[in-house]
Amino acid sequence: MSFCCTQLVLLGDSGVGKSCIVLRFVRGQFDPTSKVTVGASFLSQTIALQDSTTVKFEIWDTAGQERYAALAPLYYRGAGVAVIVYDITSPESFTKAQYWVKELQKHGSPGIVMALVGNKADLQEKREVPVQDGIDYAEKNGMFFIETSAKTADNINQLFEVFLR
Amino acid sequence: MDEEYDVIVLGTGLKECILSGLLSVDGLKVLHMDRNDYYGGESTSLNLTQLWKHFKGEDKPPEQLGASRDYNVDMFMMANGSLVRILIHTDVTKYLNFKAVDGSFVYNKSKIYKVPATDVEALKSPLMGLFEKRRARKFFIYVQDYDENDPKSHEGLDLTKVTAKELISKYGLEDDTIDFIGHALALYSSDNYLDQPALDFVKRMKLYAESLARFQGGSPYIYPLYGLGELPQAFARLSAVYGGTYMLNKPECKIEYGDDGKVIGVTSEGETAKCKKVVCDPSYLPDKVKKVGKVARAVCIMSHPIPDTNDSHSAQVIVPQKQLGRKSDMYLFCCSYAHNVAPKGKFIAFVSTEAETDDPKVELEPGIKLLGPVDEIFYHNYDRYEPTNDHTADNCFISASYDPTTHFETTVNDVIQMYTKITGKALDLSVDLSAASATEE
Repeated sequence: MSFCCTQLVLLGDSGVGKSCIVLRFVRGQFDPTSKVTVGASFLSQTIALQDSTTVKFEIWDTAGQERYAALAPLYYRGAGVAVIVYDITSPESFTKAQYWVKELQKHGSPGIVMALVGNKADLQEKREVPVQDGIDYAEKNGMFFIETSAKTADNINQLFEVFLR
Repeated sequence: MDEEYDVIVLGTGLKECILSGLLSVDGLKVLHMDRNDYYGGESTSLNLTQLWKHFKGEDKPPEQLGASRDYNVDMFMMANGSLVRILIHTDVTKYLNFKAVDGSFVYNKSKIYKVPATDVEALKSPLMGLFEKRRARKFFIYVQDYDENDPKSHEGLDLTKVTAKELISKYGLEDDTIDFIGHALALYSSDNYLDQPALDFVKRMKLYAESLARFQGGSPYIYPLYGLGELPQAFARLSAVYGGTYMLNKPECKIEYGDDGKVIGVTSEGETAKCKKVVCDPSYLPDKVKKVGKVARAVCIMSHPIPDTNDSHSAQVIVPQKQLGRKSDMYLFCCSYAHNVAPKGKFIAFVSTEAETDDPKVELEPGIKLLGPVDEIFYHNYDRYEPTNDHTADNCFISASYDPTTHFETTVNDVIQMYTKITGKALDLSVDLSAASATEE
């Protein structure tokens, strides 16, 4: 049985649902009252694949340091996978996501795999960022794109499975 | 930022970040700000472009030195002993990767020698003559067997009363031997310890030997991959994880006082955050510190390891004061691409000491000579400050500047004392040190 370990970091504006995505993926839970991340910053999830390989994700949350743009380079040092999250109801969070993509292109590991994620897809009636905008930006930057809902669990597993290919 | 905090920390140097982490873990509400747009202040690691800008005022380093981003050049020094305890105590080891330093050396009678740490090594070491080796071996065995709780191992000596000098004279060791044991094993930076009770001296020697055995490298030291600049960031992350708020790029952090002279908050960009206490480095309160010394440093980029260190990719060499006829020790440290601080084939070396004259370049020369040819050299001097205020009167807790030692013992001692002053509690660092081996690759 082979085993590999990947460090995965989540980036994005405060409140876009980074921790919710992780909690949904790791524990299958959704907590609508989830406040700014305190205490939990480092979760790991092991996934067994059909060909009996195992992948361990070490998932790093920003612990709120992104709030005043004070995220340390340590955070994405050595990360193999970066998930950049925005909220489809917030154009500002989409702009911020583009800022993080640029930061990673500048400072991240050269071979880093990036995914752009539009979260809160269950809030269709409040949508302000068109799906096509996300697709276009991701394509231009060679990123994988998906819209998710941590609330309904929509596409959450698909998001993480894509990194296993 | 118009909120109220228990503590506002100014500056993101290593000491401030460790304190911020410890205080947040304790449940205090912490706001941590820095005037720079990066973490670490004086304790940051620079890439090649930043290094060039800092020392030469130009943006373009020569191409043959390799890619700028492959460099992480520390603006100060390295780790062992009590810092390792803090790393384990706070679980910060999960944010960092460490690698043992390959070699620990001492300069003695104009040559570089491996530091012998056990009775077996003492017998093999070319550092001492035939008879001296045997005397040293006996002394090492006494130290190894010494157990504070077992009076039988004390051999009739009460080390809380007997001085280090008296203990050493019992074994009849020569001055050169005392020099390397005191400075390169017990890591004292002056000879004052000789007149102090010997217990601390013996404990420090034991710590060295235990660390050496634990990391299974050629030294008792560990060093983070990507350089020491990673340390403050890791502690800042710890603080944030426990609720600490981080703001960088905050200019003119002005400390505000109430009528009773006690701190009430910090103002930056027209906004005031209230707080009960302020923790900061000397640069944030220049009126409450005094200059106590000056550190002279040289940073070198080389294409080879330090000569006579068994081709070690990372090594510390301690040059005890007397060997150069100085009042303070000189420290050499070298690391390479093996620690991800330089591109393949390149080495970064540091030479540092407490400046004793107005010409630090000349003072550093004997140390720089030991490095062999260098590709580039940068000189970097800074003044050392200590606080002069009474923290009980103003609730300001100011750290002392970093000294030239490369092993961090003094840094951590300052942090532990500040922690006690701020919280009124002692920091319990009784941790399972065996956990440290897990952090090493």
